[in-house]
Amino acid sequence: MITFSDRQLKIPKMTKPVYLVTAGMSKFARAFPDRKTEEICIDAFTEAANFIDMTPAEMKKYIHTCYYGHFADHFGDQLLGEAAIHDRLGLDPLGNIGVKTGGATGGSTLWEAYKTVASGYSDCTLALGWERMDEVPTDEGNNYISCAADKDWETPMGHIYTGYYAVMAQKYWQVFGKEEESFRRTMAEISVKNHGYGRMNPHAHGGMKITVDDVLNSPIVAHPLRALDCCLMSVGAACGILADEKTAYEMTDNPLRIDLAAGSHTLRAADRRDMEIPLLPNETKDQYRNLDKEFPGGGRYPGFTGFLAARMAAYYAYRMVGIEDPTKDLDLVELHDAFTISDIQTYEDIGIRPYGHGRDYVESGDCYHTNPRTGEPGKLPANLSGGLIGCMHSVGATGIMQVTEVAQHIWNRWGEMHGDEAKWERFGREKPKDWQNLQVKGAKRGLAISHAGVGSHVTCTIVQHPDHVLPGGMFE
Amino acid sequence: MSCKEDRGTVKVVDGKYKPSGKFHYPAPNTPIKDEKGKLLGITNPRDIVHMHSYGGEAIFFESLGKGKLMATKCENPDCETTGSIYMPFRIFCPDCLTRNKVIDITAKAKKNAIVHSFMITERTGAFNTLPTPIKFVNVEFEGVCTILMGALIRGEPKIGMRVVPIFRTKKPDYTILDLLWVPADWPAKDLPEGYTY
Ligand SMILES: [Zn+2]
Repeated sequence: MITFSDRQLKIPKMTKPVYLVTAGMSKFARAFPDRKTEEICIDAFTEAANFIDMTPAEMKKYIHTCYYGHFADHFGDQLLGEAAIHDRLGLDPLGNIGVKTGGATGGSTLWEAYKTVASGYSDCTLALGWERMDEVPTDEGNNYISCAADKDWETPMGHIYTGYYAVMAQKYWQVFGKEEESFRRTMAEISVKNHGYGRMNPHAHGGMKITVDDVLNSPIVAHPLRALDCCLMSVGAACGILADEKTAYEMTDNPLRIDLAAGSHTLRAADRRDMEIPLLPNETKDQYRNLDKEFPGGGRYPGFTGFLAARMAAYYAYRMVGIEDPTKDLDLVELHDAFTISDIQTYEDIGIRPYGHGRDYVESGDCYHTNPRTGEPGKLPANLSGGLIGCMHSVGATGIMQVTEVAQHIWNRWGEMHGDEAKWERFGREKPKDWQNLQVKGAKRGLAISHAGVGSHVTCTIVQHPDHVLPGGMFE
Repeated sequence: MSCKEDRGTVKVVDGKYKPSGKFHYPAPNTPIKDEKGKLLGITNPRDIVHMHSYGGEAIFFESLGKGKLMATKCENPDCETTGSIYMPFRIFCPDCLTRNKVIDITAKAKKNAIVHSFMITERTGAFNTLPTPIKFVNVEFEGVCTILMGALIRGEPKIGMRVVPIFRTKKPDYTILDLLWVPADWPAKDLPEGYTY
């Protein structure tokens, strides 16, 4: 049993509020054989500038410091790739740095940019992330990704990250899913939902109209996971501009409040040790007293079934901004659905449902834009972008894409940014005849989770409309 | 592209790496064109060898070839988790950062190792040498606070089943693959080539 000190559990208190001024994304695709990385990054940057009616040159005049996220130098085959992109964006001589935290790279890049503004070092910071995953054959790509596991203890076994990851899915499937057919179908429902939402997103390359049975009949990757349970492998870029209050309102009339926190856990799942469950504001110690009885084998925490890093990111972030109950206090979320089952695990880690009951978030219909059970708006829609399954997983960009998507709802501009015929055409994609505007009506607050590997790094981003900031946050 | 025979080898002399033989096998770039013959890019082939230190874990990898499973234990009486045993091997205690004591848990592993979780996958990455489908097993040992990952090379995995380690004692390659797992009571004559109990 390991314990944490009060100092380690201290809730971060920033010195000033930080705002998200704008954000932008490139097209996402499995491959861009005709484009260099800088072209894709400049697309995202330009979209962000145009979003606030600026030219890229005008927006650059405000930027003081730059953070660049891309997970794998191997994939891009370019060390110091950040310096190349920084130069191509014409941002020299500004200070810049690269951020690498695996799948959480996008979230971590925003986390760094946030602290830079909150500290006063910079009034306006760029966070830009990308990944170039198309320039090696798939099996060599798998090998590269497996190098993010422990090189001596894990990588030699199969050179396949899915294998190291999916053992956790197996444990969750057996202990909390009880190997039930109904649970398997709930997992599949997430895939259907996220592929379906991906169809409404011109940036996405995973849009598909499929059924639960299509998921259940897709090829097995690692039982119980099938091909359609897994995220995409993508190329693309996304960026956000963070600023202090004064600068933000000089750049736009509508900046949003943004706050981030991060957590971590062992690189190898093998090194996880037992501990007490760190509780979120909407949980009590008593509620988990009988977890092992309710779900035999589920008594070990986090064991192989929870993500401590996600739990800790939410632990800090909720208290920083005054979230008492994520379902009540938030209007939408973008979660790191690397696999359908890990999506369910995350519902529990971040307190949307208690440990053991994640599936209910899907089965209740709460996670939909429109609850298919009731026809009413979903209580807390998840991954309307399509997520990693239906939109993209261009690793360094993913966490920034999620925040961009959440923010566009709060800006009430999701329909404009996703419905524009010219954008569909520019991306060489056909806008579906049954295209649906997924704008969450009246969205005021949202959350994004960016997650690495077997849970080594997780960030939790909270975006709020400045007129609807929750009470009880760190500035009260 | 490369040829195993003249592959480079490395020794350490006077505390320095002394590579000898051939390490890099340059190959020409080739153009990548579209259907119309327009140039889009080039291939960048390469073959590189890293010289990698096992440091304080070297004894673990060396012991596998001798049929032994070595773990480590914190014996610092002032540590809040003193007595914890680590498998995977940790050179230092994660709590007090004193150097752990290396202990032999072979007998324990042969008696009471069980499968905590598992995964069967057909997918592999480049350079894989394990037969497919790979059966990953996470092995729990009595009295050990962590859970080792390995591959089950015979039989079918199941949560809670007893497994025993086998070791590549003939021609070890000094990687984690010198250690594999089989179900308890698997016949000794049906182990993979080079492996023994
Ligand atoms: Zn210790």
